[in-house]
Amino acid sequence: MSTRDLTITVPVLARVEGEGGLDIVVKAGQIEQLALRIFEPPRFFEKFLEGREYHEVPDIVARICGICPVAYQMSAVHAIESIFGVKTTPWIRKMRRLLYCGEWLESHNLHIHLLAAPDFLGYKSATEMAAQYSAELKRGLSLQHLGNAIIRMLGGRSVHPVGVKVGGFYKAPSHEDVRKLIADLRAAIPQAEALVRWTASLGLPDNHQDFVSVALHHSEEYPLNEGDLMSDVGLFIPISEYEQHFREFHVPHSTALHSLLHEKPYLVGPLARVNLNYAQLPLSVRLNVERTAVQFPSNNMFHSIVARAVEVHFALLEALRILEQYELPDRPYVEVTPRAGTGFGCTEAPRGMLWHTWTLDERGQVLATRIVPPTSQNQPRIEEDLKWSLEAMGLDHSDEALRLRAETVIRNYDPCISCATHFLKLNVLREG
Amino acid sequence: MSHTTVNRKPTVAIHKFSSCDGCQLAFLNLGEQLLQVADAVNIVHFVEAGAIQFDTPVDIAFVEGSLSTEEEVERIHAVRQQSQYLVTIGACATAGGIQALKNLHDAHAWTTSVYALPDYISTLSTASPISKAVHVDLELHGCPVNSYQVLSTIRALLFGVTPPLEQDKLCSECKRLGQVCVMVTQQMPCMGPVTRTGCGVICPRQQRDCYSCYGPAETINTHSLSQCLQETGLARDTIARRFALFNNQSPEYVKAIAQLGEST
Repeated sequence: MSTRDLTITVPVLARVEGEGGLDIVVKAGQIEQLALRIFEPPRFFEKFLEGREYHEVPDIVARICGICPVAYQMSAVHAIESIFGVKTTPWIRKMRRLLYCGEWLESHNLHIHLLAAPDFLGYKSATEMAAQYSAELKRGLSLQHLGNAIIRMLGGRSVHPVGVKVGGFYKAPSHEDVRKLIADLRAAIPQAEALVRWTASLGLPDNHQDFVSVALHHSEEYPLNEGDLMSDVGLFIPISEYEQHFREFHVPHSTALHSLLHEKPYLVGPLARVNLNYAQLPLSVRLNVERTAVQFPSNNMFHSIVARAVEVHFALLEALRILEQYELPDRPYVEVTPRAGTGFGCTEAPRGMLWHTWTLDERGQVLATRIVPPTSQNQPRIEEDLKWSLEAMGLDHSDEALRLRAETVIRNYDPCISCATHFLKLNVLREG
Repeated sequence: MSHTTVNRKPTVAIHKFSSCDGCQLAFLNLGEQLLQVADAVNIVHFVEAGAIQFDTPVDIAFVEGSLSTEEEVERIHAVRQQSQYLVTIGACATAGGIQALKNLHDAHAWTTSVYALPDYISTLSTASPISKAVHVDLELHGCPVNSYQVLSTIRALLFGVTPPLEQDKLCSECKRLGQVCVMVTQQMPCMGPVTRTGCGVICPRQQRDCYSCYGPAETINTHSLSQCLQETGLARDTIARRFALFNNQSPEYVKAIAQLGEST
């Protein structure tokens, strides 16, 4: 191994959501310092929410992230409904699952096609890729568009949708809207199947490493909105016990917190979910995966893009299943009565588990909230992966090759930096 | 700008400041149209999409997000200098956005109370619209803006005309669409009478009240709406919170919030 000294600096990371950079210092052939810098300004959401009424919450938390607003709405309404003791109807539960399928389709396809794929095909951007990969790109953008159409049907628009309320939905979609969507989703099934096979054929780098996967697990279905927290090293807890196992802390180089499980980094997101819940995917999804050389569970971090495509296929079939049984409800929501208390909500955002706790007073006004987004949770894992991947690749490669690999590693996690800097909370004392 | 199109493709940059990235999705969610846009104009700077040429002069710069750090204030001056047209997209860039709620509080105290290492956090005590620091040629309102707004702006500017500015009230569009009034028929605290149209009336069409994500329309009467809402039994602080949301730094709403805070 080379023993030269070098410094790799990426001032601004391209093709990630939000603002971040990277600094790596190598001395005597060893990585001496490595920092994924997140410098997006803090936005103080948890402070703004204090004093707001419970019914304002879904519209406000949506603004934490333009790409995954549904995830924030879902974790929040679940937590608030648990405080009020609300029992929702099967129709509401199904429609929330459908809405979440829409967000997975939108976000996953955006990431696969516009953010991640150029790395594996040797381009700087998707528009550069368009000349040679026009059909693949159009296929991806049309699948992304279907996700947006689902969100729009239930929420009026795909960014910051307005349909979700505590207790259910403001309005039920008409049979006519549903029929049109069913036809479009059905027509897209072969495209989703082909997408999975295409991602598996991308010539992804061999990158087998040890990491802990964490995701929700539900006894009856592939997890989206509900479940217990599970890891592949024996964790199995209700979401209310999150704080007894996970710890967030502040590091100088990031305006987003880092998070550890039992003092160790861990992975959340599509690869973690597929690794832990593969058996619950529909048979046709698993058979399609088996036509490729990729197997789950996988410890190749670059199989994340395949896992994302697998979830695109799943979300499409799941949305279709729900819509094919669609019935107009008497009313799209249940009445709620505020009461004081503390509740928890945890759902699977496209980039991984999103945990909330809310404390409300007897009128339903927010006293306190804590929101732990997936990117905060993945940060220590990204840094651990960078160190591992660059050393495995060999530090004697050119600076440019090392920089590109480092950026590829980071983008593989689909970090959502705006989410991660929504607010930071003091959780740990200064060290030293 | 039409003269620039004779010999070369017009150039476009998309910049991000403090925000949720939601307005950039007006581009990234275009679907196949995104490829058409990339054909028609040369997108030289758009970090999220992989284009990084910050220092290249452009014909149109779209700016998302508000100014909430010293670095952002410096950066917007550089953007202004190298852009022929500077267009703000969304409530953060045009009115400070939701993070500007910190302007009503002691942001420094917030930072020190919530960060383990507050010295490492560099943030101004305010979040400001872009127009606070530099001249803005055009402001697109909305939290978030939609694809129609950005595409029609590009098209108008390429033809050398100023795009028509939507200033009408949401109420008017609601009537034109034949939408039943949720305020009159269901006593919902709708912000339609004081809100700029452009969203497509999505909230009343979802059977709910408008929460003014597009900000103030022209010639509005916030005082009158506040009184109407009080007559339906809403508390003054509840009404104030409806103005203190995504467009809380708009002068009309700042005034409405102040009036509601005064004792009667």
